[in-house]
Amino acid sequence: MASEAQQVEEIVGRGTRDGARLFREWFDGLSGVSEQSGQAAYVFVMGSLAEVLRVFDLPMVFPEIHSLQTAVRRVALEYLNQAEDYGYSPDICGYVKADFALQLRQGEHPMGRIPKPTLAVITNACNTYIKWAEIWERMYHIPVFTLDVPGTRAAGGQSWPGQPEFENDRRYVSAQLTELIALCEQMTGKKFNIDRLREVMGHTNELIRGWRRVLELNQSSPAVFNAVTDGTVYLGVANAMRGTPEGGRYFTKLVEEMEFKSAKGLGTLAEERHRLIFVGVPCYPIFRRFSEMFTEWGGIFVNSTYLWFASGGANLGFEYDLNRPLESLAEGVLISVRHAMDSMFFQDRALIDMVGAYKVDGIVFHPIKSCRTTSTGQADTRRSLLQATDIPSLFIESDMMDKRVVSEAQLKNRIDAFFEGLNARKLQQAAN
Amino acid sequence: MAYAAGVDVGSTQTKAVILDEHRRIVARALIDTGANVVAAAENAYVEALRNSGLEEQQVEYVVGTGYGRYRVTFGNTQVTEISCHGRGAVHVFPATRTVLDMGGQDTKAIRVSPAGEIHDFCMNDKCAAGTGRFLGAAAAALEIPLGDLGSTALTAQKPVRISTTCTVFAESEVLSWLGKGKAIEDILLGVHQSIGSRSIGLLRRVGVEEQLTFTGGVARNVGMVHVLNESLGLQVNVSEDSHYMGAIGAALFALDYVLGSRVPLRAGEAAT
Repeated sequence: MASEAQQVEEIVGRGTRDGARLFREWFDGLSGVSEQSGQAAYVFVMGSLAEVLRVFDLPMVFPEIHSLQTAVRRVALEYLNQAEDYGYSPDICGYVKADFALQLRQGEHPMGRIPKPTLAVITNACNTYIKWAEIWERMYHIPVFTLDVPGTRAAGGQSWPGQPEFENDRRYVSAQLTELIALCEQMTGKKFNIDRLREVMGHTNELIRGWRRVLELNQSSPAVFNAVTDGTVYLGVANAMRGTPEGGRYFTKLVEEMEFKSAKGLGTLAEERHRLIFVGVPCYPIFRRFSEMFTEWGGIFVNSTYLWFASGGANLGFEYDLNRPLESLAEGVLISVRHAMDSMFFQDRALIDMVGAYKVDGIVFHPIKSCRTTSTGQADTRRSLLQATDIPSLFIESDMMDKRVVSEAQLKNRIDAFFEGLNARKLQQAAN
Repeated sequence: MAYAAGVDVGSTQTKAVILDEHRRIVARALIDTGANVVAAAENAYVEALRNSGLEEQQVEYVVGTGYGRYRVTFGNTQVTEISCHGRGAVHVFPATRTVLDMGGQDTKAIRVSPAGEIHDFCMNDKCAAGTGRFLGAAAAALEIPLGDLGSTALTAQKPVRISTTCTVFAESEVLSWLGKGKAIEDILLGVHQSIGSRSIGLLRRVGVEEQLTFTGGVARNVGMVHVLNESLGLQVNVSEDSHYMGAIGAALFALDYVLGSRVPLRAGEAAT
């Protein structure tokens, strides 16, 4: 029987280690597809429709992920400059520009070679998705399948199963999925197999069940993972491995790791002083340093809206009913993608509810220059929070891709002042 | 008697203040920061010591603040200027609930508690529009000493509307108004109104709650004080020591250490 020290050694950090390995293997696989000029579907994190594409064994490329990886690996500026030299404006989404430059470079990427798209599957969850896919459509003359996800886009105004509006919306999504299946059959020459779909959806269920549980487990004190750093690794697996046995297993093991840490009181910091929620997209050009500016003060991110919307709303925990796969798939897509959109536009209620459960000391808003979709509403959300609670918040601006608009000194100044305020507040509370 | 000091290393000027244990200012010093930030901090502190007549060892604790706070090599710890301006403003004007600090390259709107703790703050972002640097560019273009900008602006009859928010382009816009025959004072008041408008935008984001205390180097500019009073419809507090407010706040934090009271702020105490 393993000693406790051995157990800790084996289990703690397994999620990040395995996640990094799975990611490398995934990129290696994509390089292989590129070398063989195989088929590849370009998809996005909000509504990847992985379940359908996996039935046809179509390798999936996530341009958002390969773009952000250029920033993490500190070569984004080369890609951005190349796109801007071509004529793209500095104001356009950095993900789009990095991907466009990657296409100009025949898929050259620091993690391998990305295959060209033979199909693009997008949703309306982000308006940039639509214009982005048009670039590939023109470059490669490929089919672009756009799934229109209906929703009211109003907090509390969504319809739910059993309501007539929801049933109408579900049928609308269902009809579109039938069209996608027909397109995939035509492209791949493979017949659609409902049992294979059921199997893939089962793997997704395992992954989603784990993802939701992992997020819940960060209510533990100390927090069992950092939602900005570790969380982003888990998020990558949640997207890239969705619908695979590896993805399901990964999250089952991740739950095991987090439950172990929670039971043993193992956190990520030597001394956890401030529990924070992160709102927005991380600052990838200085990813580690950005996090350190918080951890130096004992600040830990216990949750992040990024883990909600960038997982396509998987945090909601919708699980498919395998007895009625097609109908349930439409329901799941509808509910989850709408939730992803609400997680960008209407976060205030969810954030307020989370403050107590996660014992949150402060909320960090991080609007970014590259992405209006995730940034525009943040000032409203912050104002709403200020009116509803006395939870302290910090508003700092940078970018997810472009280091030219990331000022580390200015960020640090604001972050330091935020923590000075949090410390003063805690002392005041203790004195009272 | 115990003493403590604050050294505020700003982008344009460095300020040092020494307080006694009764929180009375015993000495001040102000010098241009220049290129050597470490030397500027030392020189300001040495000058303050000289002005106080104290020996260095009599000052028991030194807090550095401002952008160059980590370059105050002789300091004991660092606190951001956001916290220091809030603390200093509440010390000088105890009813302060909002602080506007306008410095060389930063403008900050800060909401504070009665104890001087920071409740919220907002700053200009990666751009010197709406800061003292904008005034400096206009002064250079109009060939008017910085110290005369405010009083000259107050003689304006018909202020022009300055549309640029870019400090770099401010000079060319000022010159274009001169070319159209506009009076210098009218252009200057337009410049002040433009900066005032940017600052009020920051204040509105944190919420303007009376009393409002105006700090930083630009607070000495009577034209800017006038514009803020007019635009906000209130009388902002301005101290003779407005320029030193960050250093005063830093010295107050330093005094907390000396007097052994609760000290909330310890930047960079690693928890990892």
